[in-house]
Amino acid sequence: MNDLFSLFLRAAFVENMPLTFFLGLCTFIALSRRSVSAIGLGVAMIVVLGVTVPLNHLIFITLLAPGAWAWAGLPGLDLSYLSLIAFIGVIAAMVQLLEMVLERFFPAIHAAFGVFLPILTVQCAILGGSLFMVERNYDLAQSAAFGLGAGTGFAVAVVMLGAIRERLAYADLPRGLRGLGITFTLAGMMALGFSAFAQMVAP
Amino acid sequence: MSRTAILSTLVDPLIRQNPVTLQILGICSALAVTTSVATALVMSASLTVVIVMAALMISLIRHHIPNAIRLIIQIIIIASLVIVIDQCLQAYLPDISRKLSVFVSLITTNCLVLGRTESFSRLNPPLPAMLDALGNGLGYSLVLIVIGAIRELFGAGSLLGYQVLTTVDQGGSFTPLNLMLLAPSAFFLLGGLVWAIRTVVPEQTEELEHTPPEMEANRE
Repeated sequence: MNDLFSLFLRAAFVENMPLTFFLGLCTFIALSRRSVSAIGLGVAMIVVLGVTVPLNHLIFITLLAPGAWAWAGLPGLDLSYLSLIAFIGVIAAMVQLLEMVLERFFPAIHAAFGVFLPILTVQCAILGGSLFMVERNYDLAQSAAFGLGAGTGFAVAVVMLGAIRERLAYADLPRGLRGLGITFTLAGMMALGFSAFAQMVAP
Repeated sequence: MSRTAILSTLVDPLIRQNPVTLQILGICSALAVTTSVATALVMSASLTVVIVMAALMISLIRHHIPNAIRLIIQIIIIASLVIVIDQCLQAYLPDISRKLSVFVSLITTNCLVLGRTESFSRLNPPLPAMLDALGNGLGYSLVLIVIGAIRELFGAGSLLGYQVLTTVDQGGSFTPLNLMLLAPSAFFLLGGLVWAIRTVVPEQTEELEHTPPEMEANRE
């Protein structure tokens, strides 16, 4: 249990998706103009990552991993090169399903972050979460903790960046730095801050 | 298509319409692989091949793709191409492939590839689609290689593995800036690059994103 919690913290802060692995930066930058939309995106990320990483883990172990078909008399079969297509399919299907469920049963929540759901299919952080899960050989519980942690880390970072960008209203920036330039610089400073968390969780 | 039109499709995305610094497309992978020029080069080449091939294929079948499921079809085509590239890299450049880890696979969700197929290849014949894709691939490569060169030069004193500046350890006078090899410097460098480009090309500058509340009150 303790290990899972430390994995959660590690995924959320030490290995923060956008700030240390540069994953999901497109939406990280594009949707952090206002903190309201940043919160919607953050919640959607936690849900989608928390669901897809364990699900992809199950699919990888039962269908794609080397030796997964040993029971059918095919011990040498290695389908792991298909994982990319399988993962992206699962993510696209999950996102679609989640959207339909929310629309049917929780229209209020759907209205709040409905616009962010479809674009999450092509979000690097979500596919990256599943790929890291395979690369690091997590088991099912660890994948769930990792997925939730990575989503939480993304949410924290994007909400903070959104709040900082709103405060920029009072800053008199050079013309060329407005918008994208200052956002990258801010993200860099946040990455510096997050690198301090590296000392927080023992490896 | 006239010669100038061809030239501008190819050259515009290099600086004037650069996909990374102007349209915020494809930066996800742009920063993680730029700690050295070699990885940046391999990554740029992979992306350029994927985007050109994807443009060709999608443009060839553009009249047969049903509108409702076009995104899925595009993603599947791109993912298949990425798998081919990934397997080639693992076979022929195992060292670099290990350094790039998951980032080659992540070309699948690179907004740049999907952005070009969705907004251009899907609507145009194969030749212009491929030219547009090549231009955008080169624009992306340019940014990656510039940032990769700066980070490798100041972080390790070398370029493409050749020692350019002799470091203190080797008896020279250059102290490597370790920050250059860490995550924050990539953000700072890209921010600085955007600033530099926008100072030279002022029409790219953006308006202020927010105005202070009291100024809005005065305006009313």
